[in-house]
Amino acid sequence: MSGDSILSVDRLSMRFGGIVAVNDLSFNAERRKITALIGPNGAGKTTVFNCITGFYKPSSGAIGLTHDDGHAIRLERLDDFRIAKLAKVARTFQNIRLFPGMTALENLMVAQHNALMRASGLTFLGLIGAPSWRTAEQAAIDLATTWLDRIGLLDRADDAAGNLPYGDQRRLEIARAMCTEPALLCLDEPAAGLNARESAALSELLLSIRADQGTSILLIEHDMSVVMEISDHVVVMDHGVKIAEGTPKHIRDDPKVIAAYLGTDEEEAIAVMESGT
Amino acid sequence: MSANPAAQTSRAPSAAFILKKSLISALVALVLFSLMIGVRTEAGPDGQLTYWTRFGDLAAIVAAVFGGSILIELFRQWWGPVDTARIVPAPVQGALSLAGRLIAPVLLAFTFLVPVLFYDERYILDLGILVLTYVMLGWGLNVVVGLAGLLDLGYVAFYAVGAYSYALLATNFGLSFWICLPLAGILAAFWGVLLGFPVLRLRGDYLAIVTLAFGEIIRLVLINWQSLTGGPNGVTGIPRPTLFGIPLTPGDDGLAAMLGIEFSPTHRIVFLFYLILALALLTNWVTIRLRRLPIGRAWEALREDEVACRALGINTTTTKLTAFATGAMFGGFAGAFFATRQGFISPESFTFHESALVLAIVVLGGMGSQLGVALAALAMIGGFELFRGLDQYRMLVFGMAMVLLMIWRPRGLIGHRAPTVFLERKEAISSDLVKEGHG
Amino acid sequence: MDYFAQQLINGLVLGSIYGLIAIGYTMVYGIVGMINFAHGDIFMIGGFIALITFLILISFGLTAIPLILLVMLLVSMAITALYGWTVERIAYRPLRHSFRLAPMLSAIGMSFVLTNYSQVAQGARVKPVPPIITGGHTLHEGADGFVVQLSNIQIIVVVTTVVLLAIFTWLVSSTRLGRDMRACEQDQTMASLLGVDVDRTISMTFVIGAALAAVAGMMYLLYYGLVDFFMGFVAGIKAFTAAVLGGIGSLPGAMLGGLLIGLIETLWSAYFSVEYKDVAAFSILIVVLIFLPTGLLGRPEVEKV
Ligand SMILES: Nc1ncnc2c1ncn2[C@@H]1O[C@H](COP(=O)(O)OP(=O)(O)OP(=O)(O)O)[C@@H](O)[C@H]1O
Ligand SMILES: [Mg+2]
Repeated sequence: MSGDSILSVDRLSMRFGGIVAVNDLSFNAERRKITALIGPNGAGKTTVFNCITGFYKPSSGAIGLTHDDGHAIRLERLDDFRIAKLAKVARTFQNIRLFPGMTALENLMVAQHNALMRASGLTFLGLIGAPSWRTAEQAAIDLATTWLDRIGLLDRADDAAGNLPYGDQRRLEIARAMCTEPALLCLDEPAAGLNARESAALSELLLSIRADQGTSILLIEHDMSVVMEISDHVVVMDHGVKIAEGTPKHIRDDPKVIAAYLGTDEEEAIAVMESGT
Repeated sequence: MSANPAAQTSRAPSAAFILKKSLISALVALVLFSLMIGVRTEAGPDGQLTYWTRFGDLAAIVAAVFGGSILIELFRQWWGPVDTARIVPAPVQGALSLAGRLIAPVLLAFTFLVPVLFYDERYILDLGILVLTYVMLGWGLNVVVGLAGLLDLGYVAFYAVGAYSYALLATNFGLSFWICLPLAGILAAFWGVLLGFPVLRLRGDYLAIVTLAFGEIIRLVLINWQSLTGGPNGVTGIPRPTLFGIPLTPGDDGLAAMLGIEFSPTHRIVFLFYLILALALLTNWVTIRLRRLPIGRAWEALREDEVACRALGINTTTTKLTAFATGAMFGGFAGAFFATRQGFISPESFTFHESALVLAIVVLGGMGSQLGVALAALAMIGGFELFRGLDQYRMLVFGMAMVLLMIWRPRGLIGHRAPTVFLERKEAISSDLVKEGHG
Repeated sequence: MDYFAQQLINGLVLGSIYGLIAIGYTMVYGIVGMINFAHGDIFMIGGFIALITFLILISFGLTAIPLILLVMLLVSMAITALYGWTVERIAYRPLRHSFRLAPMLSAIGMSFVLTNYSQVAQGARVKPVPPIITGGHTLHEGADGFVVQLSNIQIIVVVTTVVLLAIFTWLVSSTRLGRDMRACEQDQTMASLLGVDVDRTISMTFVIGAALAAVAGMMYLLYYGLVDFFMGFVAGIKAFTAAVLGGIGSLPGAMLGGLLIGLIETLWSAYFSVEYKDVAAFSILIVVLIFLPTGLLGRPEVEKV
């Protein structure tokens, strides 16, 4: 692949004991584009995310991230929190991981931890209530408020995150990830459990994030309407290997992909397709 | 789940059912206590063990268990299933919430007045100092357990480090209390970091048991390192605190002489009272401030979900370490105060019981709630005093109280959580949502 | 060399006792995921009951040592098992689905209750008994006159441990109860849906754990010739260390951990200092948890995110 890629995954493998969850996987994600990672259940998509964000150490392979200024970072060598902090990769989780006992606003404040730590002079300036800290804190609240507004949760800012409806929690988790001001945003099935209207709103939100913040997005999603609508590039995985990649349109017509999803072999899939059209 | 049918039938148990249940309880009690209570062993003068029977006591206890279970069953029947939510009438609720808002300032004002109101009652003043010491320890441990969700069963170690730091620095180098106090805090924090660094990646119960082991190690070292710590005999002759250099003694350079008033030993007690009150309030103030700073929010976030914290770029190791060190530092301050108040310390004051007591105060208070911890300290230490006469049974009562209180209020007296920042309204968050951490 | 061999024997005997207690910790942790803080005190109660039974039997003029031992063992196991059952029923069951800290504090409270109860009921002083089993075998007589001894009591401790362990392993691996226990360990909700009586199974876990602790208590009494109300605390922590060292949740691990802790403690006392033997045991706990958090035979845990 040519072009300006922010993330390049190179021959990534991840083994758990005997299970090979990801096998020799390579793909790129382009800057300011939405790249979708799709595949049937158990294909290894979440495992790829966990390797990118440092929660798992890959068994082999390289993951490179290049920032806008050309600064390149090898992610597989960094700890999970450093990937978020230094490489500016933010993520959400397949099963939502908010801080349920904290309010929506607090969730977004926690996301700005590193910036605020600096502003609070590693707590000491904050403890004495220095003016510079107060301004920084207000700025953080403003940023959080902006995001709450964008996801339509401004009126629920002071509600506990655990009390929000499911769809709101999903969006709040995205907003929380965005509050870290990431270069690359990794979303693990953000549309899971959403109804059609919420899915559409989500698509819009993601498109606006790409347009306004210029954030590159890597997206795992089962909801094909979302994938087809917003992604610029699609990577298809099955049993830990990449079986296809290309534009959404290209993928939609690929018999290998259909076979993987239907759990049949290729010839049958072609037959299904032909009988369908 | 499987208990449900039982709960259904117990809603309206018949007399026969109650009788049967109580009989079973009595039977179990009979077997349990048969040998332990019914027979008493003791080594005679020749070192030979002898025994005698106490069937009267045994019968009394079994009868008590029988009667008790009947009462409990009747009570249950009247109260209904344990987990039914009780609807509190609105006016009562309003009054309760008003009381809730007033209780902290009233309590604080009262505390300030205690030395005035009870100037002549040495006993009350001493008890007040004791309660405040535990309030301070509770607030200190609350940072670790309540906010960061790290289970620390060896908190007494930092209390001990603080106490011995002051005692040894003061007796060996003649340093004054006001120089030693920060040193004691720093040393305790240092030990907190030293212990925390390797063990903080352990989860939950493992962390608990490691901290417990650490507390025991410190105590055993204090007992066995005779040349430094005086071993089991402890350190004596620890200097009393001064009012920034002015001693509270009857001498010419004492405070009383300087102020031109008559000397009274109560001055020192009152001084100690305000000293520990100031230290406790400092702890409280710092904790409340920290909660609104990124570090404090990170502690609470850590308690809620450590994985999510890491995904947000929070260095969980240093965050836990700061919580540990902060808690340890407050423990160290309290220890230094303890040493100067007592004038004598020995390893006996720093047993696991002490850690458990402080932890019980924190958990009973409602993890994370400053007011709850203060109330729990008052209730626990005050309750302890009530049983002063029954010295022998103290731990028995304390242990039973711990069990019953946990069953009664697993989330403590004040379980809800106050948000640290808000846009429009500050509403308490229900305890069902607040996590308790995994460490 | 002879000295070392002797310490090895002593360490293994002590380790058997720790291993028996450790099994109770491991089983309870495996099934309800909590540290049963009161378990050390259950061990202490077991020792006391064995002692009292012994005194009563002697005063009735019984002299047949094997019979005395058997009765002591059975009575102590039975009554102590009931203690285990009661503790679970009163202090843990109401908190089973509660917050994690609540059962832990309840357990600590229960431990205080049992310690103090025994102190009040039987007095604070150490209870010595004359050696019940005497004699032994000389294994080796060194040139320097040092004799390696294997006493009868040591043989009895080890043999009892092995026999009980065999029975116990059979119980867990081949009976309905054992299967239920393993099912509850995996998934309590699922087990109860499939008709396993979860409450009963958990109760039985405590009962078995307590019975084994009672055996340990009796062996302790026989081996050291004394019991006191406070012996449960330190022995409990060490046994827990053993369970962790072996890999918590693993039954052979608990026994292996027990033997190792017994050996380390004995060797440390023999070659370094007796005063710091507990410090050594606790330090090992810390070191093990840091470098080998899943223990020797435990399954490694990968954090799923
Ligand atoms: N920590 C782990 N330990 C062992 N096996 C794991 C672990 N994490 C993932 N796996 C295995 O790796 C394989 C891929 O899992 P993964 O969660 O990556 O799939 P997925 O593509 O995200 O599926 P889904 O669409 O259902 O989320 C599965 O077989 C899973 O059991
Ligand atoms: Mg997945």
